[in-house]
Amino acid sequence: MTRTFQGRFTPWLFAAPGLVWLVVFNLWPAFNTVVLAFTNAKPLGGGHFTGLANLGRALNDDQLATALLNSVIYMLVCLPVLTLLPLLLAVLVEKKLPGITFFRTTFYTPVVASAVVVALIWEWLLEDRGLINGFAQWLGVIAEPLPFLTDRWLLLLSAISLTIWKGMGYYMVIYLSALGNVRRELHEAAAVDGAGAVRRFRSITVPGVRNTMLLVSVLISVSALRVFSELYVLSNGTGGPGGQDMSVVMLIQMYSRGFTGHLGYASMLSLVLFVVTVGPMLLLLRLNRKGA
Amino acid sequence: MRGFTGENVLRYALLLLVLVLTVGPFAWMLSTSLKGSGEDIFTEIPAFLPQQPTLNNYARVADSIPVWSYIANSLIVAAMAVTGNAVGATLAGYALARLRFRGMKLLLGLTLGTLILPGEVTIISQYVTVRGMGLADTLLGVALPGAIAMLNVLLMRTAFAAIPDEMDEAAIIDGADAWQRFVRIGLPNVKGMLSVVVIFSFIGAWDDFLWPLIVLTNPEKYTLTVGLQYLSGAFSSDPRLIAAGTMIAFLPIAVVFGVAQRFFFRGVEEGAIKG
Repeated sequence: MTRTFQGRFTPWLFAAPGLVWLVVFNLWPAFNTVVLAFTNAKPLGGGHFTGLANLGRALNDDQLATALLNSVIYMLVCLPVLTLLPLLLAVLVEKKLPGITFFRTTFYTPVVASAVVVALIWEWLLEDRGLINGFAQWLGVIAEPLPFLTDRWLLLLSAISLTIWKGMGYYMVIYLSALGNVRRELHEAAAVDGAGAVRRFRSITVPGVRNTMLLVSVLISVSALRVFSELYVLSNGTGGPGGQDMSVVMLIQMYSRGFTGHLGYASMLSLVLFVVTVGPMLLLLRLNRKGA
Repeated sequence: MRGFTGENVLRYALLLLVLVLTVGPFAWMLSTSLKGSGEDIFTEIPAFLPQQPTLNNYARVADSIPVWSYIANSLIVAAMAVTGNAVGATLAGYALARLRFRGMKLLLGLTLGTLILPGEVTIISQYVTVRGMGLADTLLGVALPGAIAMLNVLLMRTAFAAIPDEMDEAAIIDGADAWQRFVRIGLPNVKGMLSVVVIFSFIGAWDDFLWPLIVLTNPEKYTLTVGLQYLSGAFSSDPRLIAAGTMIAFLPIAVVFGVAQRFFFRGVEEGAIKG
């Protein structure tokens, strides 16, 4: 038997490809983002150190302020809805009824579909001549089509609804995994004592998955702050009327391209994104530790 | 079921309601994509089923935009992502879980640390790196950064760590080296997690939008999602065509997930997937 992989460098041979990717595509870009944020790097050259110029520009950037406002609204709406609805859905699909695998799989389908696909489907439903406006007009609820895709606030609301619709299955599966650990005997004992479904949900299910709810709310906050595809596709890349429906990531993408691009400023915006995402994450982790 | 049929009827009613809300929009898009040009799709309440079913819209999409080359481009990127992750993440995961070496803790800590950085934060400097390698506007440039995802390294490490130590110890006494232990003991015991990594590498690469949008400038190199967005601008006057293009992007993923869902939900029930 040949013993080629016996030496002390063997573990490094196994780890080598992963290590290269860790350094080149994870650690270096993280470091370089900070460096680039203080330069005037352009898509076509440039790259001189410009001190705090990008920071000053960011602090006076009305578009960035609007994008951050949109992000906060996005988060405030998504957080309660996506923390609670998927939990109810998980409770619904938890019981192993005949055909339940079909329902679970189908409910997860919007998650595996591309955000572009989902946004195009909803664009067709929400446009002036689309099904939702048509149905509402037929019912007589509205006389004129509602401008879901062209009004500054309705467009934001449409994108939020889309994020919620697409995200339900994802968080449902996380909750489903956690519900497996909630002890069944507790439910049965409570049922015998005459506790109704609502009561059991509040006093047994919710406390049992409390940590998972916290984890889910962190994931929701961070992904709400990172939103891109929904707003980009629903607004056809324009960011809505007057660019008022941009997210921070849309601004980053906008500055990454073409003759008007500015990679240095885009990197400063990336730092802003990091600061706002790391905030809720640390806060919630701390809450979690205190509660435990 | 102990006679709780009333409860089960309610459950099925709710399940069907959610099913309609989930499948409805997809079904509506599919139906629109099959409607003939003579059908009025803009009345207040259009017919749910196509009155003049036709595949003509699919043919017209393929005539107007290079949808086949978009599909080929997406497949190339997805194949590179799947291969890279299946090989690279598996090897690295094995090293972190089962081999002892100096610096292992540091390596593990750094790998874990990357998870707090959302990908969007480093996307600009990622682009600068890829451009510096001369890979801007290439499919290799799209695939390369995600070809070994740190999350997948950690998932594979978890799977390898669950193998009992005694199995390795017995093999060491038999004189098996690290590679032989990896092939004979490691790999056969992580098939479940490996399939999860493969499935989600494929889906992630196929669905990705922002990164290829930044890297690619030449429309001939567009992946399907970027091409689709481009299509929606070009054909906004005819939703039938957009619907057909959307279904071309969606159906392969639906089939892949439909076939692979067993592995996925088995993993969920074993508690392997925690987000």
